[in-house]
Amino acid sequence: MKKIMFTLTILLLSGFVTFTQTPEKKLSKLPSVKVKTLDGKTINTAELSNDGKPFIISFWALWCKPCVKELTAIAEVYEEWQKETGVKIYAVSIDDARSSSRVKPTVDGNNWTYDVLLDANSEFKRAMNVNQIPHMFIVNGKGEIVWQHTSFADGGELEVIEEVRKVLASSKN
Amino acid sequence: MNRKILILIIALFPGCLFAQGFLEGGKVTGNFQLDAQYYNKDSLIGAPDVPEKMLLNGFANILYTQGNFSAGVRYESYQNPMLGFDKRYKGSGFAYRFASYTNDQFEITVGNFYEQFGSGLILRSYEERNLGLDNAFDGIRVRYNPFQGVTVKGLIGEQRYFWEKGPGIVRGADAEFQLNDLIGAMEDSKTRISLGASMVSKYQATEDIIFGYIDTVGYKYVLPENVAAFAGRIGLNRGNFGLNVEYAHKSKDPNADNSFVYRDGQALLLTATYSQKGLGIYLSAKRIDNMAFKSKRTEKGNMLNINYLPALTKQHTYSLAAIYPYATQPNGEMALQGEIVYTIPKGKLLGGKYGTEVKLNFSRANSIDKTNLNDTTGYESSFFKPGDELYFQDINVEIAKKFSKKLKATCTYINLIYNQSVIEGHPNEPDVKANIAIADVTWKFTDKKALRTEIQHLWTKEDDKNWVMGLLEYSIAPAWFFSVSDMYNYGNDVKDKQIHYMNIAAGYSRGTNRIQLSYGKQREGIICVGGVCRQVPASNGFSLSITSSF
Repeated sequence: MKKIMFTLTILLLSGFVTFTQTPEKKLSKLPSVKVKTLDGKTINTAELSNDGKPFIISFWALWCKPCVKELTAIAEVYEEWQKETGVKIYAVSIDDARSSSRVKPTVDGNNWTYDVLLDANSEFKRAMNVNQIPHMFIVNGKGEIVWQHTSFADGGELEVIEEVRKVLASSKN
Repeated sequence: MNRKILILIIALFPGCLFAQGFLEGGKVTGNFQLDAQYYNKDSLIGAPDVPEKMLLNGFANILYTQGNFSAGVRYESYQNPMLGFDKRYKGSGFAYRFASYTNDQFEITVGNFYEQFGSGLILRSYEERNLGLDNAFDGIRVRYNPFQGVTVKGLIGEQRYFWEKGPGIVRGADAEFQLNDLIGAMEDSKTRISLGASMVSKYQATEDIIFGYIDTVGYKYVLPENVAAFAGRIGLNRGNFGLNVEYAHKSKDPNADNSFVYRDGQALLLTATYSQKGLGIYLSAKRIDNMAFKSKRTEKGNMLNINYLPALTKQHTYSLAAIYPYATQPNGEMALQGEIVYTIPKGKLLGGKYGTEVKLNFSRANSIDKTNLNDTTGYESSFFKPGDELYFQDINVEIAKKFSKKLKATCTYINLIYNQSVIEGHPNEPDVKANIAIADVTWKFTDKKALRTEIQHLWTKEDDKNWVMGLLEYSIAPAWFFSVSDMYNYGNDVKDKQIHYMNIAAGYSRGTNRIQLSYGKQREGIICVGGVCRQVPASNGFSLSITSSF
């Protein structure tokens, strides 16, 4: 049975790969998954947008220290970033039922002004192929994923804004 | 098995037939992870001799999406499973495959899927690959949004059990109503209300389980083949306030976890929050009674769970603070947690130039009140009365402060009480009362180069007594890190067990690729992610971890 599954999958995938080769590099769009906002609204991730300007999606959790470090570092410069580039950050928490209700008081208590989303059973995370957090994506004005990075080290935020600037510059060309 | 594959083929076939047109615009993405360890025997720390010398776990997800259609597989390989993972994972193969179609109103998934109803008290399937946990369903799921504000889900499936499936069939339905979207008059209301209700039923054929003999005649349990569970929930938000309540009830389900008592199960989870700029307050309470719910009645441990019972304690990640973690006791527990997050503003006393973040957290878990009855129902319990036995208590404070552009520090103090006999199942061991202090200081040399140091100390008169830990980590953003650390159990009564757990590590990340190499000793202990814990044995050797997504 396993053999059949294996052959089937390989066949399917090879089919996909052959047929999806197009001369132009195709960029992924955001998958359609339901997540919740901090006040309990359900929204579709395929509809995330920033009025035609680039935006950032950052996967994090309360128990992930490098994630919190990254969001803390960006919080200090977020206003400047927004003024300069108009970028918006969706901070997607993958905290499960154990800690997801601690997300809102922590975000407010830390004075974070991100658009925070709750992905309590990691469905969005799975659809975005995130293995480890922190994992960050930059999405351009057309809704295409143009850059991603996993892990965070102090100063890593400088690369992020650099990439946002590049996305802006290339959209103007 | 055959039939499921047939369904999958039927679901995928149109895709193949019309491949040319259909696949245009399609996209293949995926991710990959590999963990390998080379083991040295180390009898001092209790690291066993590994005949294979090297063990490896790896997996890759491949996902295909094209408009409203998506399909995917995950290939997993354990050759052989790393220490700490169940040996029954040994082998390789496709452990997960699905096809799914979505439109405005419907989402239909066949094959494997993960799902959660409400906060998971009666149903949650999920994966935690680093813990070797996966209770994915294999079956069919439909999600339906008849109109704005209403979501209905229905599913049927069997659960993953290593490379097989559990014997039970799980059927479930859930409905959620967002009143503000449904009722015109509430559309612009500042108060948002959502209501939800769910039902889960498990079927497992009866079996012969003998509970005792009278004159050589074995007496068997009369086992319910169908076990039902219901849950209702309400979520309320108004401005700075939030309130969530969920109650669950489960019919009689004699199983190995509850020692085969014929008693209904109950769970109540309450959360209230208040927050404004610079201040967040959180309070939660729960009561769990006889809520172990698995799709195999003789199963114990972490596999085949149908539901998820969150622990109401803060998850600590600093190594000494993680020595004594708590996990929910499904047979009975009353717990409380409170937290205050406050930022002392810039310029105020103690606020300094950048503000100071303070987090105060308290949690406590107790037994439930129980009066043992000499019959098959096991015991009686008063709903609102906590039991006498303390399972866990944690009082902790965390202060984070940035002193200048170059220097920042986080200081943590934790005071905890840990009931070893209940949490680890070692009867007659005394409760561990521990104090832990941690200083985490980062110095930035340049914009992208930083040195981070951790100094930790744990004081206790019980268990292995005192520990000290130190770490140095040098990072060059965004790609490199190097670290060296030592955990030293200097307080151990046994001189030979005053061991240094030295570790050196280096990592490199670029884009979504990350590779990490480390060498050293790992103490025997518990790793927890998202509230579920796994015992890891002591080990000594090289380990390599690679992850990537595309």
